[in-house]
Amino acid sequence: MLKTYIYPRYAYRRPPGFGANAPVRHPVVVVGAGPVGLSAAIDLAQRGVAVVLLDDDDTVSIGSRGVCYAKRTLEILDRLGVGDRCVAKGVSWNVGRTFFRTEEVFRFELLPEAGHKRPGMINLQQYYLEQYLVERAQALGAIDLRWRNKVVGVQPREDAVALTVDTPDGTYTLDADWLIAADGARSPVRRMLGLDVEGRVFTDRFLIADVVMKADFPAERWFWFDPPFHPNQSVLLHKQADNVWRIDFQLGWQADPEEEKKPERVIPRIRAMLGGEREFELEWVSVYTFQCRRMQRFRHGRVLFVGDSAHQVSPFGARGANSGIQDADNLAWKLKLVLDGRAPDRLLDTYSDERVAAADENLLNSTRSTDFITPKNRASHTFRNAVLGLARDHAFARALVNSGRLSVPAILTNSPLNTPDADTFAGPLVPGAPLEDAPLARAGRAEWLLDALRTQRHDDFAALVYADDAARVDAALLEAIARIEVNGVRVAPHVIARTPGGAVAGHAPLHDVEALFARRYDARDGTVYLVRPDQHVAARWRAPDVGRLRAALARATCND
Amino acid sequence: MPLVTTPNFGEPGKQYFRAFSPGDDFYEALIEMHRDLDDERSALANARLVLLLANHIGNLAVLREAIAKARAGL
Repeated sequence: MLKTYIYPRYAYRRPPGFGANAPVRHPVVVVGAGPVGLSAAIDLAQRGVAVVLLDDDDTVSIGSRGVCYAKRTLEILDRLGVGDRCVAKGVSWNVGRTFFRTEEVFRFELLPEAGHKRPGMINLQQYYLEQYLVERAQALGAIDLRWRNKVVGVQPREDAVALTVDTPDGTYTLDADWLIAADGARSPVRRMLGLDVEGRVFTDRFLIADVVMKADFPAERWFWFDPPFHPNQSVLLHKQADNVWRIDFQLGWQADPEEEKKPERVIPRIRAMLGGEREFELEWVSVYTFQCRRMQRFRHGRVLFVGDSAHQVSPFGARGANSGIQDADNLAWKLKLVLDGRAPDRLLDTYSDERVAAADENLLNSTRSTDFITPKNRASHTFRNAVLGLARDHAFARALVNSGRLSVPAILTNSPLNTPDADTFAGPLVPGAPLEDAPLARAGRAEWLLDALRTQRHDDFAALVYADDAARVDAALLEAIARIEVNGVRVAPHVIARTPGGAVAGHAPLHDVEALFARRYDARDGTVYLVRPDQHVAARWRAPDVGRLRAALARATCND
Repeated sequence: MPLVTTPNFGEPGKQYFRAFSPGDDFYEALIEMHRDLDDERSALANARLVLLLANHIGNLAVLREAIAKARAGL
């Protein structure tokens, strides 16, 4: 049926250790080779952890599904080695247009703010992202990818998790020191452990269609409230790679999902929307309902839940896959430190604390969008239409129009790993915030801040030392920072200077070419940021102090 | 002082990391006010809210401008 994409088939192989007397033991087993499980496996493998990745299928996601990938996700994908492929294949969009009934209410420019390597958002069918991640995982020796391996039993023990796995050859068992459940919204692992996930089911149905259009049609996001071709409902149109367009029709709860999926129902809907003369072909159709809910905590002993298995949001705002990849990013470095004995296992409780807080933010925003787009009573319907009616003329009303608050990373302000500010800073880079990128230069050659941090060893923290003049930075201070060690965890110093040149013993400084680092980080001569391996701020000061850096590092790794 | 029609929601002393958050906070509180009210009581709650806010604003020039903009196009 699909005309633009050929699904890869990944070969099943008889698992090593199949039929052995005792189950083989592995440090980490990941269940589910979707975007989140693959991200977790790749991140761990890059940190030197051998990972077994089990998936019950032998191909990638069917249909476009997750479409929008946000800047923070692209920055993580850069670290996982697939950022360039995704951005090259994906579609960047800048213009969003909002329609109410027959009129365009307003348009916004999502011009990516200058001074970031990655755009605010790309659109890319989920199957491409998965394919690129699979190819990356295959290229890394440390990942044992087992297709058509379905987990049918989970037995938690004190020292390990015992798994029973079904394959075309029959059943085998294996033990995992740690189990990462990335097995999706219906998570069989969660179900087999008898764990609950609580929240709201929304009583609405949506039809999603992938359509190939030959004619050129602008790369814009179009959102309709109550359009004449689909009265009383909402419609969203998005461009994806290969001239595939994604259309989401709100159907209402009464709709019959099987009926609505039939081409003879779908095609007239699309024709009414696009106009009768435009040529298109239907590639994929699905009907879905959604839920907004999460588990109470994401760590249960040696089992760690990531992505949809732990939390589910409405699709408005693209906060599903994006937040799942951030879960993996938060977990991998912590698990590596715990596996190495460089941090106590309570560091993994902070995975749950931090990502529960992030999930709550995503749930809040996606629930609000849902309530705006699909008002549930007369009063909210009236207010929704009043906002849309005022939006054309009044800026305040445009700001209230909520057709999805697009995914942005959570700022982990309440994390126990943060060292609270003792000095005064302005701006959003508070302890717990993810780093903002900035254009820098090393020895006259352009280099992005986030790329510069990738040159250090994977599990090191970074100290960003800002100076007016790199030549005047105390070499002894940088040496002392490089010697900081807390239970085997270290800190890599990076000097960022307002002026070019001025090498300091053994460190090629980064020049803040557009002064954007100074602005975004409210940095002055002497300012220091301590940065976690997942590129969140752990602490910051107006003057460097090795003792305080060591204490903050201890706190950020639960070694205090 | 003319009627403010640019985004103006916020809470003194609170740091907002996302521009849409204070407006969305308000909108949620507004919709929440109507929870479990029938249509008649919903309309009454809205009327009371308008009266309370109008008195808070007080300035009749501002209120007349808001009234005109609310009525425009209906």
